Amino acid sequence: MVTSIMIVGVGGQGSLLASKLLGRAAMDKGYDVKVSEVHGMSQRGGSVVTYVKFGDKVNSPIIDKGEADYIISFELLEAARYVEFLKPGGQIVTNSQQIDPMPVIAGTAEYPSELISKMEAAGAKVDAIDALTIAEQAGSSKATNIVLMGVFSKYIEEISKEEWIKAVEASVPSKFLELNLKAFEMGLAAE
Amino acid sequence: MKELMLGNKAVARGLYEAGVAVASSYPGTPSTETTEEAAKYDEIYCEWAPNEKVAMETAFGASRAGKRSYCAMKHVGLNVAADPLFTMSYTGVNAGMVILVADDPGMHSSQNEQDSRHYAIAAKMPMLEPADSQEAKDFVIEAYDISEQFDTPVLIKMCTRVAHSQSVVETGERADIPVKPYVKDAGKYVMVPANAKRRHPIVEERTRKLVAFAEESSLNRVEEGSDTSMGIITSSTSYQYVKEVFGDKYPVLKIGLINPLPEKKIRDFAAKVDKLVVVEELDPIIETHCKTLGLEVTGKDIFPLIDEFSQGLIATKLGLPEKPACKPIEGLPGRPPAMCAGCPHRGMFYVLSKNKITVMGDIGCYTLGATPPLCAIDTTECMGASISSLHGFNTALGAEAEKNTVAVIGDSTFMHSGMTGLANIAYNQTNSTVIILDNSITGMTGHQQNPTTGFNLRGDPAGKIDLEALVRAMGINRVRVVDPYNLAEAEAAVKEELAAEEPSVIISRRPCALLKKVKRGEPIQVNPDKCKSCKACMKLGCPAISFKDGHAKVDATQCFGCKVCSELCKFGAFETLNGEAITW
Ligand SMILES: Cc1ncc(C[n+]2csc(CCOP(=O)(O)OP(=O)(O)O)c2C)c(N)n1
Ligand code: SF4
Ligand code: SF4
Repeated sequence: MVTSIMIVGVGGQGSLLASKLLGRAAMDKGYDVKVSEVHGMSQRGGSVVTYVKFGDKVNSPIIDKGEADYIISFELLEAARYVEFLKPGGQIVTNSQQIDPMPVIAGTAEYPSELISKMEAAGAKVDAIDALTIAEQAGSSKATNIVLMGVFSKYIEEISKEEWIKAVEASVPSKFLELNLKAFEMGLAAE
Repeated sequence: MKELMLGNKAVARGLYEAGVAVASSYPGTPSTETTEEAAKYDEIYCEWAPNEKVAMETAFGASRAGKRSYCAMKHVGLNVAADPLFTMSYTGVNAGMVILVADDPGMHSSQNEQDSRHYAIAAKMPMLEPADSQEAKDFVIEAYDISEQFDTPVLIKMCTRVAHSQSVVETGERADIPVKPYVKDAGKYVMVPANAKRRHPIVEERTRKLVAFAEESSLNRVEEGSDTSMGIITSSTSYQYVKEVFGDKYPVLKIGLINPLPEKKIRDFAAKVDKLVVVEELDPIIETHCKTLGLEVTGKDIFPLIDEFSQGLIATKLGLPEKPACKPIEGLPGRPPAMCAGCPHRGMFYVLSKNKITVMGDIGCYTLGATPPLCAIDTTECMGASISSLHGFNTALGAEAEKNTVAVIGDSTFMHSGMTGLANIAYNQTNSTVIILDNSITGMTGHQQNPTTGFNLRGDPAGKIDLEALVRAMGINRVRVVDPYNLAEAEAAVKEELAAEEPSVIISRRPCALLKKVKRGEPIQVNPDKCKSCKACMKLGCPAISFKDGHAKVDATQCFGCKVCSELCKFGAFETLNGEAITW
């Protein structure tokens, strides 16, 4: 059995830390893990995807259409963009924040409406949360990624809260640890 | 110890364990982190060279001096370094030397999709192709042994999915490699025709020995399968996709040494299976080899020559059904990359776009100036081509072009291969106008230092090339520096230099907004009562500005406070967060 998770968002939003955390927690648990990242061009505000897979034995580092168990998204439109990578009935955990892409800024497209119901109609389960506001309450908008990981951690039964916290401790610089632990707890507690 | 490692970090670990002493590279996605990670080991001297040719020759010098050496580049970088590559194959090495080249199938961050395996064949050099992080580390170590045993530099070929995927790596200790004394040997190192004629047969003999090695080496391994109706030959990340789809069902010949390929091993494998299939990204290298051996093989007749592969692609091409999935949502707007809020390049591109100037572009963050709404760039091919092709354009059309055409090039790209183009302009005298976009860093590849920044790879103070002095010394008399945040100044400079009757260089200078040393300005806002909805500011394409409820709106979390947008507003609608007028 392999669990496949896609982390998607806008370049520069901090998806690398989220994948590091997840990979770490899964490896400490003794799973085989693969994480596939995209660096370079798309980090300049483009759509970015990271794949995390763990299980007894993981071969391919990437996730294809119809293979993801979960999508964690830092931005609403990006969650919708990758919905076809999800297994039917798969779970989306998304930040409800909206960031206009360049075609919207340039006025050649509109930011789509009713994305949550569209994702549900496509066959996904959706858990949308205002992670940005929660992160600001925790102390910094920079912790949005950790808030989302807190929300997401509830879905992964294989990894306990203590194990997640250990992974947070191992993945963030010590001067931001307190903020990130608080953000993780607030994500975990969010309804 | 076991560690989850990026493929590129595993390469660096391999360098450490192999006792490598010197690394010289030029950044390029997806190869950059191998050198950055190697620099974290005090035992390995690491540097950024101005370009790949210089890097390769530097590494070669270190090998000749007797220390194991390394250089890394992206696939197109090997084009730049191809000249030393072909002749180093003749001279061979002293201490081991490894050249890493990272391909980018699918072009996540590249201008073409070339297959570097052709270079190994053409230069008659061994090439290893790892399929995950553990292999990346192990193959690097083995590559140094091959290099010294067979007296040749060895190529390691990565691709985006191996370079930028993390998987578990078992680490080991650093080997203690003694320095091999340098011995003068003109017959080996001075490649004049007489000596090169004697070296070429040695190269051919080496290849014969390497083929014998390929037959025996565990780099090429057979994995048995339960069903011999099909057998698959594959390598690199394609191997992972094959295993994902079929597990242990079909026999697999996994190739780790991609050049030279074994003959008997492949024939024996083919003889055991009913149908032979080759799964490889991009060009048919293994497939062509099989055909040369007279084997019947399925390959590019069903698999594409284009783009990267995936497990789903392999499954469907080999007749398995598609997996059920959530339905796609149609009609979503794309999210192409864009220059950052506060990017220093944006102001200059606004000026060029506004004045409808033809722009010979180059490669870097500033290539994004080609995207809407600015659409300021006319051409992009390869690093350095902006300046040289401007000279050609102006030579062909004369004053008609000279008055309305410029080249734009970044500081790192200018050092890489822009200087020689400028030498041609200074020498053969077109009235060309070159704009160096000096943001004091190599931005696109993730912020590496370069010869103009004053710092080395480790961030320590280093030599600093003075661009103005350099350009003047090359014979360009009209050289001026402008601040691209100041649109009026930038526009005046562009108009004057285009009008001038001699070659000129404008240095558009402002550090990249993402640099730690750069202080963010205070975010600004739009006063909706003053905003007349003319959308003049939207022409900048700043990601922090959007148009909401009939007015421009600035996203304060994204705004960098560069105030360039405020220069475009005729109605003074931009103001500080306290409602005060914008001042400079
Ligand atoms: C031959 C070659 N080597 C490396 C690269 C990768 N690469 C793309 S842009 C770039 C340099 C960009 O730096 P600079 O010119 O300073 O512009 P900036 O991105 O900072 O705006 C590099 C190294 C390439 N495309 N071609
Ligand atoms: S990284 Fe720097 S140079 Fe590149 S787009 Fe952003 S601000 Fe501009
Ligand atoms: S000041 Fe204007 S142009 Fe500069 S970052 Fe802010 S919104 Fe963008």
